[in-house]
Amino acid sequence: MTESVFSGKIWVLLDQKGRLIEDIDTDQIYHNAFLHITDISQMGQHALGNLEGWKDFPQKVRPEDILVAGRNFGAGSSRQQAVDCFISLKVGLILAPSFGAIYFRNAVNSGFPVLKCPELDELVAKQILETGDEIKVDLRSSEGSNISKKTPFPVEPMSAVQYDIHQAGSLFSYGKESAG
Amino acid sequence: MGQTIIEKIIQNHTKEDVKPGKIVWMNLDIRSARDFGGPNVVKNYEREYGNAPLAEREKTFFTFDLCVPACSLKYADNQQVCRQFAKKMGIKVFDVDSGIGSHVMIEEGLAQAVSTVVGTDSHLNILGAVGCFGQGMGDVDITFAFKTGKTWFEVPETLKIVVKGDYAFPATAKDLTLYVLKKLGTHKAALKAVEFYGEAVKDLSLSGRITLCSMVTEMAGIIGFVPETSDSLREEVRELSGSEFSPLQPDEDSAYSDELEIDISGITPQVAAPYSPDNVRNISELKGVKIDTGFIGSCTNGRTEDLAQAAQILKGRKIKDGVTLKVVPATKRVYKEILERGILEDLFRSGAIIGSPGCSGCAEGHVGLTGEGEVQVSTGNRNFAGKQGKGQTYLASPAVVAASCLAGQIVSPEDL
Ligand code: SF4
Repeated sequence: MTESVFSGKIWVLLDQKGRLIEDIDTDQIYHNAFLHITDISQMGQHALGNLEGWKDFPQKVRPEDILVAGRNFGAGSSRQQAVDCFISLKVGLILAPSFGAIYFRNAVNSGFPVLKCPELDELVAKQILETGDEIKVDLRSSEGSNISKKTPFPVEPMSAVQYDIHQAGSLFSYGKESAG
Repeated sequence: MGQTIIEKIIQNHTKEDVKPGKIVWMNLDIRSARDFGGPNVVKNYEREYGNAPLAEREKTFFTFDLCVPACSLKYADNQQVCRQFAKKMGIKVFDVDSGIGSHVMIEEGLAQAVSTVVGTDSHLNILGAVGCFGQGMGDVDITFAFKTGKTWFEVPETLKIVVKGDYAFPATAKDLTLYVLKKLGTHKAALKAVEFYGEAVKDLSLSGRITLCSMVTEMAGIIGFVPETSDSLREEVRELSGSEFSPLQPDEDSAYSDELEIDISGITPQVAAPYSPDNVRNISELKGVKIDTGFIGSCTNGRTEDLAQAAQILKGRKIKDGVTLKVVPATKRVYKEILERGILEDLFRSGAIIGSPGCSGCAEGHVGLTGEGEVQVSTGNRNFAGKQGKGQTYLASPAVVAASCLAGQIVSPEDL
């Protein structure tokens, strides 16, 4: 069993005007110049390497930190590396109002936690969530908490399917368990 | 609350309660892999499951359609990897002579109304044309589907689109499709299932429906359905697939995320300019663009009716000197039909090159790649930079491609 409660320091992906960045595509997350890399430990250094203002993310982030992004995170191509680069950096989880469809499937299938938080724009605009805050979320609960600010905030809990795959570790290990 | 078509089909394949936004486990009727993606599926399968049996081998297929017969060593190897795995596991292969997998599945009656089909083809949602939930997925998903016969899926919301008005030749089903894409862009239908209504779509033949449903991918939608059917359509599908055609209807009180009206009254031919399929203009804006080559085929416009439309324009005329026209039937069955109906001869005599059935230039196959600076007008569904080579690709109907190849520039058939 993998843990289901995550706590960590958040990084809120803001643009220069202080707005949550939307539609971050897989090329901005993991540029196609590095698609030849197959060793997952080498992928972390390229995470967000093409996202204006965030190119130094791999140097700043610490294991278990949590990424907070805008709508449609991971739009674009089907590259698995755009998920694996965060696994490589040991990022705890990603929160966004919505994800690109294939990105979401890839993350779920590799057991990497991605959580939807439909009200994220407002939470960020009202500074209920700010970079550096320590937050706690339970993958199966609809309430997260900002430990630093002592305020709760709503999240969408994982569906049973997503949770089961996450607990098993990946789609393949889930398949072996469920098939006996 | 009632259910839309996609909700009903998924509900038919799961015990869980189906609601938009919910992720459910869904049983699959058919799972497939092609010569792209297929070798990765084999590799994943052998690594994860060794020689353990597939969930149901009689529901599992390989469909080779991208580079057929292989024109590179890489594809030759890839196809052979799949063949050997298929032999070991007892899976049927629709080999390099068959044609585009999704079309073969319709013709073989494998993709039926209300069934669920997955494969490594991003245009598998074309199966919405026969009321089937088809979906393209990555090789990890398909490996898992081979082994378990299931997949997880997030139930999409449904968008209702009412197409108002009617069109007449030289506008065709492709022009209706491109016009709808122009109006929707890539945001309005994103991640949604679409239900199309209105007389003009109800009257579409199977090949017209295939054209419309294939480009739901370019609209960023999950899948498109046309619930209303005509007698002639039901007859056409029955004859083709060998079984009755009774697609599902949505419940009257089903909930749509949005309802849109698109008025197509009197549309002229539509052309998508490089480098995006939704960069759609009226043909008048692009008339006179010099072309080097034309392509008629692909999963969007590779059926007999499409080739017949082109042949009608080409018959008794010659393609302009210095211009080439490549024609690729979607399947072997289409090839046989154009042979028997004299369409092949009309195409050949006009100077067209006929390729063997499959995806061709769309996917780095033999026919339809462009070199730097080459301008192509194509009946395909994508014109992204680099997709069919280094040249520029304009997307249009078979009639416009045929006419343009006669004129050496983009023209409407009525200008000839
Ligand atoms: S013709 Fe092109 S878009 Fe259609 S299935 Fe083949 S490769 Fe995909």
